[in-house]
Amino acid sequence: MHLAQLNVAHLREPLDSPALASFLAALAPIYEVSDDAPGFVWRMKEGDEPTDLIQHDYGPMLVVNVSVWESRETLWNFVYRSAHLEVMRRRRQWFLRMAEPYTVMWWVPEGHRPPLDEAIARLELLRAQGPGPEAFTFKDFYDSSDAACLPAAAEVTK
Amino acid sequence: MTSDDLESMSVLGDPVRRALYRFVAEQGRDVGRNEAAEATGVQRTLAAHHLDRLVDAGLLEASFRRLSGRAGPGGGRPAKVYRRVREERTVSLPPRDYRTLALVLAETVDLLGGEEKAEEAARRTGERLAAGEAGGDLVEVLRARGYEPYEEDGRVRLRNCPFHVLADTHPLLVCSMNLALCEGMLAGLGETGVVATLDPRPEECCVVFGPSKNNVD
Repeated sequence: MHLAQLNVAHLREPLDSPALASFLAALAPIYEVSDDAPGFVWRMKEGDEPTDLIQHDYGPMLVVNVSVWESRETLWNFVYRSAHLEVMRRRRQWFLRMAEPYTVMWWVPEGHRPPLDEAIARLELLRAQGPGPEAFTFKDFYDSSDAACLPAAAEVTK
Repeated sequence: MTSDDLESMSVLGDPVRRALYRFVAEQGRDVGRNEAAEATGVQRTLAAHHLDRLVDAGLLEASFRRLSGRAGPGGGRPAKVYRRVREERTVSLPPRDYRTLALVLAETVDLLGGEEKAEEAARRTGERLAAGEAGGDLVEVLRARGYEPYEEDGRVRLRNCPFHVLADTHPLLVCSMNLALCEGMLAGLGETGVVATLDPRPEECCVVFGPSKNNVD
């Protein structure tokens, strides 16, 4: 099994405002780090440019990211133990504080590329029911063995 | 603190063992028996005995590796190597539990969205901590605070994160506070030619010290 993750962020100002220029500029170097990171499997892309943000129907102020990793450790090392940490530190310059969970993880069969509706459904599940084997966080993490016996995981495999 | 922790510590009562433990811990990598024996000036068999006692006590962990770097036939027999265990041991007499309180406070900062205030407080604390050592040596101050500094490519990196447990549960908050604390220490020391930046790596502290831009030019 591989580990999928979604994170969403609410922009403070529209993407084309001067305040967001530094965010857009940070994307290319960060994608270079992620795509080269040990354990990186895949990330959702809208186009060839790093600044081609993923298009969706959840409003112009929402930025989303979906990626797949080999393990908790490899995802953790990218998020918190790489140049990504410095970018995260600056998140308040660009994004609003969120009271609800804004990131979710779940296990997917190897080779599965989760579409955005699947990812959003996992986030909604986390928000509605709290962490469980189908939707969890770094803090309340569930192993793939917990997820493997779920009917939902079996359906995705079909 | 558990009685196990106290027992582990008592194993370090032996000066040879203590020297071996220190040497292995400082390397931050797998260390073979020969190397450890040479560095501490004891016989190989004696070193092996004490290294294994440190493994039994849960202070080091052992594995087998070909030190020649060659794999397959002709690579030689795998050697037993040692490194420090990641898990920390704490002994406090009488028992104190600052960790639980620190976790609660970190949770509180998150709930209040108080990261900026926490960073300000960390910066002030760093200044205060270092003020007594003004003009002192940065590396020595870092060493005394448990960061285990070492040099790499003209910069000072830190092998150990003194806040490891909290950095695991609240990484963004704790690494940001640690950076602020280190910046405060630089200010307290009156160290103007050096800047602290975040450059995290797996298994190490997130802060790195390098020459400030003005200093390079």
